[in-house]
Amino acid sequence: MARLTLTGIRKSFGATAVLHDVALDIHDGEFVSLVGPSGCGKTTLLRIVAGLDHADQGRIAIGDTVVDALPPKARDIAMVFQSYALYPYMTVRQNLALPLVMRRLSRAQRLPLLGRWWPGAGARRAAIDAEVQRVAAPLGLAPLLDRRPAQLSGGQRQRVALGRAMVRQPQVFLMDEPLSNLDAKLRVATRTEIAQLHRRLEATFVYVTHDQVEAMTMSDRVALMMDGRVLQFAPPQHIYDDPADLRVAQFIGTPQINTLPATRDEGGLTVAGRHWPLALPPEAGARPQLAVRPEWWTVQPAGTPQARPGVVEGTLAHQELLGAETLLHVRVDSVAETVVARVDPAQARTLALGAPVSLATARVLAFDAAGHRVPQAEWMGVRRLAVAHG
Amino acid sequence: MADAMSLPAAAARPRRRAPGAWAEALAGWTLAGPAIVLMWLMLLGPAVGVIGLSFTDWTFGAPQIAWAGAANYVELWGDRVFWQSLRNTLAYVAFTVPASVFLGLGVALLIEAGDRGRGLYRALFFLPVTSTLLAMALVFQFAFHPTVGLVNQALGWLGLPTTDWLKNPDTALYALGVIGIWQALGLNMVLFLAGLKAIPKDLYEAAAIDGADGAWDRFVRVTWPMLGPSLVFVVTITAIRSFQVFDTVAVLTEGGPNKATSVLLYQMYQEGFSFLRSAYAAALTCVFLAFVLLLTWAQTRLLDRRAHYG
Repeated sequence: MARLTLTGIRKSFGATAVLHDVALDIHDGEFVSLVGPSGCGKTTLLRIVAGLDHADQGRIAIGDTVVDALPPKARDIAMVFQSYALYPYMTVRQNLALPLVMRRLSRAQRLPLLGRWWPGAGARRAAIDAEVQRVAAPLGLAPLLDRRPAQLSGGQRQRVALGRAMVRQPQVFLMDEPLSNLDAKLRVATRTEIAQLHRRLEATFVYVTHDQVEAMTMSDRVALMMDGRVLQFAPPQHIYDDPADLRVAQFIGTPQINTLPATRDEGGLTVAGRHWPLALPPEAGARPQLAVRPEWWTVQPAGTPQARPGVVEGTLAHQELLGAETLLHVRVDSVAETVVARVDPAQARTLALGAPVSLATARVLAFDAAGHRVPQAEWMGVRRLAVAHG
Repeated sequence: MADAMSLPAAAARPRRRAPGAWAEALAGWTLAGPAIVLMWLMLLGPAVGVIGLSFTDWTFGAPQIAWAGAANYVELWGDRVFWQSLRNTLAYVAFTVPASVFLGLGVALLIEAGDRGRGLYRALFFLPVTSTLLAMALVFQFAFHPTVGLVNQALGWLGLPTTDWLKNPDTALYALGVIGIWQALGLNMVLFLAGLKAIPKDLYEAAAIDGADGAWDRFVRVTWPMLGPSLVFVVTITAIRSFQVFDTVAVLTEGGPNKATSVLLYQMYQEGFSFLRSAYAAALTCVFLAFVLLLTWAQTRLLDRRAHYG
């Protein structure tokens, strides 16, 4: 169990900088996901923590120990690889035992054949075997101990990889997209299992994924990375509700958050030809960007008084029925992509394709032209409390 | 229920080919036919011919041929030269195979571990494979020359005993073995390099985290077991090629001195082409074939059983 502190990590491969000054302070026993699109540097960061790659600059501390100069085996970490990296020529039992064998047996005791009879080897091997059994049982690997990885299913291999990481009881677990080779159903089940495992082991987990659902469902905190920078490091709900950057807002959430370009006008903004009485601080600039989550919209029946201050109008281009909800795709002039609203299927059924639709929201996130979040936008002439939480 | 009812009906029907099965069989034979014919003509036919020949008394050019039963094999059993050749061949294989396999592996590991000049070293070590052994034998003859040869010059300079390597019955076979190793090393290296490339980097990284990060531990825990399939293949190929040693013997020692370097293939050549005793040579060939088959069988068994990880 330990706190993991990264400070000022920089890394370049040749002329390409992949990590720019990354700093993370991960608490003891916390489950942290590093999430971001391919090539954002998340795997490189994990490998640097593991000691498989070295940072050009920066410091990594596990607990009170600075581990920059330590080899992977001395860092008290375990890693689950995307490919699982099981030793194909060893049985499951031998795979699980190897981390202990390498640590507890002397070179002589590890010798094939001869090592068995070396003084003290028997007792230590028995102890190792007991620990292998202890790890294997809860993972359901007990009946598979004498099989080779090639004889296991993908899910079983994944458990062996987890078991090999657990057997040594490391302080920090590092996982590199461990679910990406499983089928969709198994992935959901294993997601839950890993989260439960984390609670049971009470160890620090660092989990790399490109899948926002994995990051959101499992983590205590999510570090959202893009282009070698951590854009935001916060609990999942906070990331979703209160993104620090437009790219964060766009990466997290399905369907993607709607982005609306705005221009300043007398007493507020013009958004897609409509006046929004929204007061933005000066740092938002002349061309701010607004973002609205699909579920923040309500459909306004034509002719009703305006219930919410932010309105866009367009025509219904497409409907996607998902069962519990329906996604409306509304084409709005001067907005490049269709505006998506998540609405009740009963309400959606009353709308025909091509019909004019009016969407309204009281909740909105504001960003400057570069995508930086602008602090709390406020509606004018509307009661503040009603606005803040839509 | 439907299944149960259809069963007796199916059983009652006489075993008749379904319509079209005939045509399908015909098409199958027609398509596979040319390959089958060629295979018999080019591969199996000659082998069967040699086996058949070994049970006759034919000599090359003789007008008549008669069945001789196992006479040739009985003669083989009592032939001192045959046993000498077999012993020499086995000794040659036992000497060249381990040396060329382990040297090849060593060179491959060194090349893989290095940062620079990989292509150059690969090409250099592969050179003997591409060169004509006959031409290279001239160079080796010169190198092994008792007085001006490089080998004895170097040994003399180091103060070590020298000898006429190719004329001394105790050393001649091993001198030829050195040439065999020199030639086989390059191919083994290339095969091992391919095997090394196929080992996933992840495994070394997992091993480093698990505690196996020294050169020896990496080799024992990852490289060596992962090379299993390559190793079986390399050993078999090298062994078969060593069994076939002929050109250096023919060019440099002609089986001498005093049959010290007579090997199976060389005896076969002498019996078949110098003494024209074709049937006897065929019997020798069968013994040779048996050894090669044994090696191939052992290889497939090993590959199927242990070394194949899927």
